Amino acid sequence: MALLDVENLTIRYAGSASPAVENLSFALARGESLGIVGESGSGKTQAALAIMGLLPANAKISGSVRFDDAELIGAGAAVLNQYRARRIAMVFQDPMAALNPYVRIGDQLRRILLEHKLCAADEASARTLLMLKKVGLPDPERQYRAFPHQLSGGMRQRVMIGAALLGEPDVLIADEPTTALDVTVQAQILYLLRQLRAETKAALLLITHDLGVIAGNCERMFVMDRGEMLEEGTTRQVFATPDSDKMRALLTNAPTLSAIGMSGALPEGGDPVLDISELSVSFSEGRLRGRERLLAVRPISLTIQKAETVAVVGESGSGKTSLARAIVGLIPIDSGRVTFLGKQLPAAVSRRRHDSRRDLQMVFQDPLASLNPAMRVSSIVGEPLRVHESGRKNHAALVEAMLEQVGLAPELSQRYPHELSGGQAQRVAIARALILKPKVVICDEAVAALDGTVRSEILLLLQAAQQRTGLSIIFITHDLAVVRQISHRVLVMYMGRLCELAANNALFGRPRHPYTRALLNAVPSPDPNAEPANAPLPGEVSSLLRPPAGCPFHPRCQHAVGACSASVPEPAAYGGTIVACHRATELDLRY
Amino acid sequence: MLRYAFARILGAIPTLLLVIAIAFLMVHAAPGGPFDSERVLPPDIKENIERAYHLDETLPQQFYRYIKGVVRGDLGPSYRYRDFSVSELIAGAIPVTMRIGALAILLALIVGISAGLIAALRRNTVLDRLVTGIAMIGISVPVFVFAPLMVLVFAVTLKWLPASYTGSDGADRLLLPVIALAMPQIAFIARLTRASLIDVMNSDYVRTAKAQGLKTLSIVRYHAFRPAMLPLISYLGPAFAAVLTGSVVVEHVFGVPGVGRFLITASANRDYTLVLGITVFYAAMVVFLNLVVDLLYAFVDPRVRTR
Repeated sequence: MALLDVENLTIRYAGSASPAVENLSFALARGESLGIVGESGSGKTQAALAIMGLLPANAKISGSVRFDDAELIGAGAAVLNQYRARRIAMVFQDPMAALNPYVRIGDQLRRILLEHKLCAADEASARTLLMLKKVGLPDPERQYRAFPHQLSGGMRQRVMIGAALLGEPDVLIADEPTTALDVTVQAQILYLLRQLRAETKAALLLITHDLGVIAGNCERMFVMDRGEMLEEGTTRQVFATPDSDKMRALLTNAPTLSAIGMSGALPEGGDPVLDISELSVSFSEGRLRGRERLLAVRPISLTIQKAETVAVVGESGSGKTSLARAIVGLIPIDSGRVTFLGKQLPAAVSRRRHDSRRDLQMVFQDPLASLNPAMRVSSIVGEPLRVHESGRKNHAALVEAMLEQVGLAPELSQRYPHELSGGQAQRVAIARALILKPKVVICDEAVAALDGTVRSEILLLLQAAQQRTGLSIIFITHDLAVVRQISHRVLVMYMGRLCELAANNALFGRPRHPYTRALLNAVPSPDPNAEPANAPLPGEVSSLLRPPAGCPFHPRCQHAVGACSASVPEPAAYGGTIVACHRATELDLRY
Repeated sequence: MLRYAFARILGAIPTLLLVIAIAFLMVHAAPGGPFDSERVLPPDIKENIERAYHLDETLPQQFYRYIKGVVRGDLGPSYRYRDFSVSELIAGAIPVTMRIGALAILLALIVGISAGLIAALRRNTVLDRLVTGIAMIGISVPVFVFAPLMVLVFAVTLKWLPASYTGSDGADRLLLPVIALAMPQIAFIARLTRASLIDVMNSDYVRTAKAQGLKTLSIVRYHAFRPAMLPLISYLGPAFAAVLTGSVVVEHVFGVPGVGRFLITASANRDYTLVLGITVFYAAMVVFLNLVVDLLYAFVDPRVRTR
């Protein structure tokens, strides 16, 4: 007997030709874990919101959602509120947006207990505190009184999970619960979910685009695409023998570290194109109560050769984006040198010569935010030509050729950015960066916002441009699978410092820094037979305003010894790898 | 927080100087002088008077003298009310202006917020359309039209309330001026509250609260009300300013002996120092109230307060 029974669920929006969800039927038994996998726009979140009764008023819903034999579709708020929190609870994707920024954490949780009279009023605070402890918040008494912005992303998601479990629900719906989090924090949250589920026996409906997350956490799964269910079965079965082309494509494009990466051998005749020497960046923080220095990038050195791709990888606060912006000259630097084609560049882009600006381009993370909404695609892509090659006349032809190269249909050239999909917009951003045939492109999380298949296409596009023109690429990312796929060398950063700089195969085959090893460990494997990591890297990144003494990673490092908190390890060469770790010679971190 | 307040007060000084300079120039640019009248004064007497009031000095000299006085809190003598200084005149008129202004703001907040909340929660119903419709009228009809109309209806026709402030000694004489002054603010605050609450009710964290099974009233009370009030706090600064300027018209229409009425009579009389004094006073009030509003905002929004 299923606890939750969805039958022929169809969701339509006025003005949209195709339904957001069409004829979706599935069942969830008590205590079971079911995964829904699909790319953005596949309707998986819509289905979850329909179950919770949270769809906007303009959604037309038909079909049936039965919970414990009661019909929830069409039920009034009073009936739904009998089920919400106490029977079904939901964890949302972005914990910053999903928590009320104006209400203290403890008060938000306590309100749930009081509203549903889950305990005596004078016990609510104690129960809340207990839950905050249970979801692993350090110093729960303090966090009880904290506001959401004072917590890290991982802590906020722990709070969200705690809020969902307060009513001891039978079903927990988690909609992309770890997508907004760093990979080591994702591993912690998934671990916490598995632990709590083992304890509470709640059924789990896990919605994600990430096959790795499904593989380690769901017994059964189904695949959605454009509002329809394509196939369903046990996770092992769907992974082993996918029926649909979509699932096969998802599997092919799934981020995985076991894929064969770039050889790591530097291209023949590689001349140094860009040399970064001892670059450091800091910001001034704080307005109301005094200023503090935020040390974003501690001295980092890196040389990039012609036709080489160097990936810079790290979690939030690692300084990778600051490094990219400092190289391009968008933010002021504290010290260091950027040498480009043998000439030292002024720090600020406004003081750089025209030719160095045209040869050093950047692609930003959010294509929609970085493209001018008032300009058409053709003028966005043509703008660098108007600035740098105003003498030439054949701009239109060049733009057309460029659009074709990045795989955009000619009719898109008259569109505005908001009329493009995420993938199309990122192609436009890349076309804009490549049209002057630069020597170096810095891509800052250029594929982070894109779905798997689109992401693969964009990466191929960049590789093709590299083979054609000998382009050098600095690829800033948090995604190790992408790193594996496209980079010759990898720079791993933690709290603004270099941890490890190694050739692709060396890094993935024989990581030498404990943080690199932890990162590799944290990536969920898209293999249902693999054991999910049961001892995730503990703790979170320390405050950049008050970095720990010694090695910045030592508070979280299981190999840390006395020396690690005493002094900052200097980067040193081991074979072809540069590592900043006191124990680099003695540790064996191989898989 | 204290440092911030102090910096803001320091920052207000150039603003005030600029306001004084512009007002000073405009008063002096107006044709005629304070002692021109139909009866032409003999030249030597006029010269004497002008010397006594330093009107024979150059403009920069007069400006410098005036600023020196303002710093000491001395706004100079009135040219028309010869026995009084400007500071005394303003001080005497402040209480009634303040009382009407504060009551108008209070009324606008209570009525405006309530109407806005109801409209937002009953969105697209008759009630909502009624509120937004009346608010539209309140915003578009100017005070100088609305105030005489109220006099016509409530004082002349219905005879419920006195037409003039001086027509009664009781609290009823405050009613019409306060309502006239509050009306556009009620309308604006109602619209602002409605839009703001609708916005907050569509936010992700309200969706979370719904998912947690909270009743709509609980959601408004514990989650949505405070954030929905934030735009309103930002608007309070301009609202104070609008009430101050509105008081000029309202006090004139209802014959209230307040600061605003002085401004009009002083302008007509070319009473330079009184016009300037009231301008400086109004400007200082607006700057001060805006500072209070900003501090209030920082207090209500934890993201500004706790960094």
